[in-house]
Amino acid sequence: MNIERRKFDTLVIGAGGAGLRAALQLSQDDAKVAVVSKVFPTRSHTVAAQGGVNAALANVLDDSWHWHMFDTVKGSDYLGDQDAIEYMCRAAPRIVYELEHIGVPFTRLDNGKIYQRAFGGQSQNFGGDQAARTCAAADRTGHAILHSLYQQNIAAKTHFFDEYFAVDLIKDEEGYILGAIAFGIQTGEPVIIEAKTTLIATGGAGQIFRTSTNALINTGDGMAMALRAGIPLQDMEFFQFHPTGIAGKGMLITEAARGEGGYLINKDGERFMKRYAPKAHDLASRDVVSRAISVEIREGRGCGPNADHILLKLDHLGYDKVHKRLPGICEMAQAFLGIDPGNDAIPVFPTAHYTMGGIPTNRHGQVIMPLDTGPEEIIPGLYAAGECACVSVHGANRLGGNSLLDILVFGRASANDIGGYLKEHRYHKALSQDSVDKVLERMQRWDKKGEGESVSGLRAELKKVMEDHCGVFRTEDVLQQGLEKVLELEARLPDVRLKDHSKVFNTARVEAYELENLMDIAIATVCSALARKESRGAHSRIDYPDRDDTHWLKHSLFFKDNRQLDYKPVHMKPMNVESFPPKERVY
Amino acid sequence: MSVRFSIYRYNPETDQKPYMQDFTLDCDSKGMMLLEALQKLCEFDETLGFRKSCGEGVCGSDGMNINGRNGLACITPIESLKQPIVLRPLPGLPVIRDLIIDMEQFYQQYRNVRPYLINHDPLPEVERRQSPDEREQLDGLYECILCACCSTSCPSFWWNPDKFLGPAALLQSYRFLADSRDQDTDKRLDELDDAFKLFRCHSIMNCVDVCPKGLNPTRAIGHIKTLMMKRGM
Repeated sequence: MNIERRKFDTLVIGAGGAGLRAALQLSQDDAKVAVVSKVFPTRSHTVAAQGGVNAALANVLDDSWHWHMFDTVKGSDYLGDQDAIEYMCRAAPRIVYELEHIGVPFTRLDNGKIYQRAFGGQSQNFGGDQAARTCAAADRTGHAILHSLYQQNIAAKTHFFDEYFAVDLIKDEEGYILGAIAFGIQTGEPVIIEAKTTLIATGGAGQIFRTSTNALINTGDGMAMALRAGIPLQDMEFFQFHPTGIAGKGMLITEAARGEGGYLINKDGERFMKRYAPKAHDLASRDVVSRAISVEIREGRGCGPNADHILLKLDHLGYDKVHKRLPGICEMAQAFLGIDPGNDAIPVFPTAHYTMGGIPTNRHGQVIMPLDTGPEEIIPGLYAAGECACVSVHGANRLGGNSLLDILVFGRASANDIGGYLKEHRYHKALSQDSVDKVLERMQRWDKKGEGESVSGLRAELKKVMEDHCGVFRTEDVLQQGLEKVLELEARLPDVRLKDHSKVFNTARVEAYELENLMDIAIATVCSALARKESRGAHSRIDYPDRDDTHWLKHSLFFKDNRQLDYKPVHMKPMNVESFPPKERVY
Repeated sequence: MSVRFSIYRYNPETDQKPYMQDFTLDCDSKGMMLLEALQKLCEFDETLGFRKSCGEGVCGSDGMNINGRNGLACITPIESLKQPIVLRPLPGLPVIRDLIIDMEQFYQQYRNVRPYLINHDPLPEVERRQSPDEREQLDGLYECILCACCSTSCPSFWWNPDKFLGPAALLQSYRFLADSRDQDTDKRLDELDDAFKLFRCHSIMNCVDVCPKGLNPTRAIGHIKTLMMKRGM
């Protein structure tokens, strides 16, 4: 088979904030960069981020990167790597200023500086008063950032492969990653993209759950590619449930709604968060608020005829402020609920939102794994950044406003390191036909014809199992059953057949590849969750209700081969400051 | 309850020419958006092609012509539509397959307006200041999601998609003209100054009518024309 071959210095897979931030820097540095994305770049899920990006600019209230670091470590339930967290929080202000310089239309204060709002889990002075650290463009911050980054990439003449689906990494015998094989969705034709460095920036995998705030494209493609290349996934048991998805539908209602002064009430009209977070109330971190809502509903204090949700109240802020600060969620509430948050409370429910785990990297974006000599050896040529990666800055629970920060800081860090790598590795390594053939062989699987199960049927079952067995609260029994069911679904995967074998824009084929990826991510998630016998951050085990630092202050690593689990220590030592030792976590 | 559809079908590998196909979907359509219904149809016929992603009206993937009017499937309630629901690809651009159009011409026009901030001053170590009033000039402009509903509803764009920039690109052009931080006003206006790029807009206002984000490209185009005139005086 004669396959098109393209050669670049760097291949970026994914055109969200992390991918575009890295691509922009590398293009400006005269590297030849290809960005492969299964959707047109501005359709990437970064576009849906609402509330803002954290940086200690101190434009509204006194602030420091060190307080930001403390909040992030505490928010992570002490599972975050403190060197990476220090690096991220120190870099945050310059990253945000740089966004402003490239044109992001941030909301402004009267003095012309960037507007900042309060968000959950933020404090001044290491756990003191509420901070205001989240830099915002109304409630469309992700949209504003993604479009600006794409626009600057147009100026920098980055090479885009729009609507190309990346299938697998190409790896040689020495363990170097030499690019990837993708296919053009419009033509159905495969293409080999050779690159000296490859950055995976494919985002999260919220689509493993039936109801999620995530776009349909969030199928964990890059994470699954890594698993298939023998790379483990780290901390996959930690999946964030956002407290305020629209009940029954899943669309995100930003934490900024509470940051601006909104609050949650149960059926008695009680501001119940006071009972769960005596100081921070509605601005406790997300894992705490999501558990509180789940408990309220379980104990019969939910709202509505089925007592199955909680209300988010905003009208007391004044109609104009609600519409000025939160125009996007007003539109969304109108479209999906027919209500106006300026007048009516929004029915909300904890909804699958963010993959804390992912491809293990260090703070330079280099992908690391246990090889011969230690738990964190570098895979040459391979980088990962953003939600698909696990640096780990979010540990067991991510703070709101830290995901946009993560993608930008580590998009940049990856580009920095790639720049150095390209100077040392001036020529492409030879690509063996074997490594290509392996991937092409896998791709032929979907050419099989005949009767079989459908992609959509199996996918629906998978998402239901994950929702029922891997939700906010978990137990051994429920997880064990979940694992059995997911494995049963995996066993049926070879029987799935496509009915549509056409080449041109065959969306069914894309969804088939996505289903394979979802399956791998779901298994990694359940296995990691079943193994971790403690409660930490977003991972709440009813049968192990306490955090157990003696046995479980460690990262998990899930390997696809034999579904093997391994563990590695948390980096408790920051770069330059004192470590924050684990403490009881109260908001 | 059942919902009836009539959907434009075209697969270039098998179809000589496009045709309309009828579908009936048995479902409870209360509160259901069109995108969800299309996904359900796909469970019966996976060959049906359309783009989709966020499902909440922010990514701009699923623009299509719905009962004769351009809109986003994910925020169009089934209950608001007369049946049979007639779905066609966005008009005026080449069809790749079914409801999927080739948007390259649309993106090309977007790129042609140099849609990025241009500022030649040395970079300050902090943010550039912008007053709330200056920032407010960007409201109604920066929110564009590039869904192409506007440009593909515009007769001027249908006739001259290669010469007339179209409402979406012009809205973006004005987004940077209106930005107090941008310093390329003169060159931007120079580039728009011919018989087609800007002046083919005849204020038909289809763009305003269909924009799923409630934006007003016609007004932005008017502002650009005013800037041009002021400059000419």
